[in-house]
Amino acid sequence: MITAERKPLAEIIDYIDNCRRILLVGCNECVTVCAAGGRKEVAMLASAMQMDFMKRGKTVDIREMTLERQCEPEYVEELAPFIDQVDAVVSMACGCGVQEVVRRFRDKRVYPAVNTQFMGAAERPGVWAERCHGCGNCLLGLTGGICPIARCSKRLMNGPCGGSSKGKCEVSPEIDCVWQLIWDRLKELGIEDRYEEIILAKDWRTERGGGPRKIVREDLAQ
Amino acid sequence: MNTDSVLEKVFKAGHIAVTGECGPPRGAMPDVVKEKAEKLRGYVDAVNVTDNQTAMVRMSSFAASLILQQMDLPPVMQMVCRDRNRLAMQADIIGAYSHGINTLLCLSGDHPHFGDHPMAAGVFDLDSIQLIQTVRKMRDEGKFQGGADIKGAPKMFVGAAANPFADPFELRVARLAKKVRAGVEFIQTQCIYNMDKFEQWMKGVRERELHKEVYIMAGVTPMKSVGAARYMKNKVPGMDVPDHLVERMAKTPKEKQPQEGIDICVETIQRLLSIEGVAGIHIMAIEWESAVPEIVERSGLYPRPQL
Repeated sequence: MITAERKPLAEIIDYIDNCRRILLVGCNECVTVCAAGGRKEVAMLASAMQMDFMKRGKTVDIREMTLERQCEPEYVEELAPFIDQVDAVVSMACGCGVQEVVRRFRDKRVYPAVNTQFMGAAERPGVWAERCHGCGNCLLGLTGGICPIARCSKRLMNGPCGGSSKGKCEVSPEIDCVWQLIWDRLKELGIEDRYEEIILAKDWRTERGGGPRKIVREDLAQ
Repeated sequence: MNTDSVLEKVFKAGHIAVTGECGPPRGAMPDVVKEKAEKLRGYVDAVNVTDNQTAMVRMSSFAASLILQQMDLPPVMQMVCRDRNRLAMQADIIGAYSHGINTLLCLSGDHPHFGDHPMAAGVFDLDSIQLIQTVRKMRDEGKFQGGADIKGAPKMFVGAAANPFADPFELRVARLAKKVRAGVEFIQTQCIYNMDKFEQWMKGVRERELHKEVYIMAGVTPMKSVGAARYMKNKVPGMDVPDHLVERMAKTPKEKQPQEGIDICVETIQRLLSIEGVAGIHIMAIEWESAVPEIVERSGLYPRPQL
């Protein structure tokens, strides 16, 4: 899923300080799972914003909404009846959701309330870790199912650098050396000789080298 | 002979090669490069010029290599994958070769996290193994990495690094084999203090006969003080300094520690030279270039062959 973390309150307030009516919009998908921008976080942020305004002798009217998926037009449309009644929209969705609201409501200011982070998985409750970089040409079949692009600090494709120590990355003891994980996995599978097959220089066009990416499925496109 | 590299000539004539190191300054101070390099003249066959080492901005490896080239001191131009994409790297390779620089060391590079610009994007378009392939393709096939023909292919003698002391240890011989497969011609190792571990690695290298396919230069660094020893042991990623060496430095009176460090270095080299498959010594006397002449002489590696 896409992970996110809420922005500091002061930064959010800074965006909307001159607004009196706010539409605060969460999303029921990824940001709900990672507890950054679901219904609960929308309610908490609304309270925090109200208190901040009150402390400064100001008032703000906040309408709370949480959409099923903020990255899809059919759900974003649910905002239409309320959009004219507000000065600005604050979105707690990932960057995709924010921009979908922008695309639909061209004359409305829309501000982000979270920092979108990475595509990851929950390692344990409350801990999410990066797993996929979205490079557009999956290498997992060559690396024991563990991704060096997303999980090596230097995205090295052909093995660990000289800084791998006791299973950890030189950048931080909090980071596993992904090449240690890959090597261990190849050994478990009895295919460690695969390590010596050189992964050739990557074609980054499938990542960002070709500019912003788009998928067009002719069979589904209207 | 694949290239005009002095280092290649020394290896192929069957000599033990000796290289030194010159870290470029953090400013436009060409005289600092000249002073450092001058101390190595006559005692080494070629001088490594580091490329923004420890991820700190310095005079570029290319520019400092050119200064050495103009002093008739053959540079080994280091190139890291951290700071440039494949366009910039290939451009620098052609540019450097156009100035007579013919020996290149291909490295991943320290992570930006360690330097004075931790906020910088690490490029890592290629990794070190893909860079080796790129340089060999430019030289041997006269083609750019992207496939187009090069008019005036750069004939670089191609080196890389190996760290026998990093983990996973059992992968380290395989990693060397992978670099050999990519086309590397010489290797400089991480500084060797843990001799037992290095010998174990070399045994693995010989079992696969990799020492017959690549010239392996054993890396050494003289320790100037017990503080330096402790720093390398505890703070530098991928370094393995055994306790007995730290203790030996600690037991030595402070004013005699530099000499003790040189003694340890000479003893290390003598032991390294007895290991089958060691084709050269790479002396990294960081900010202590003046120690190199004594180390080379006492190790029996002076005078250097005139080729």
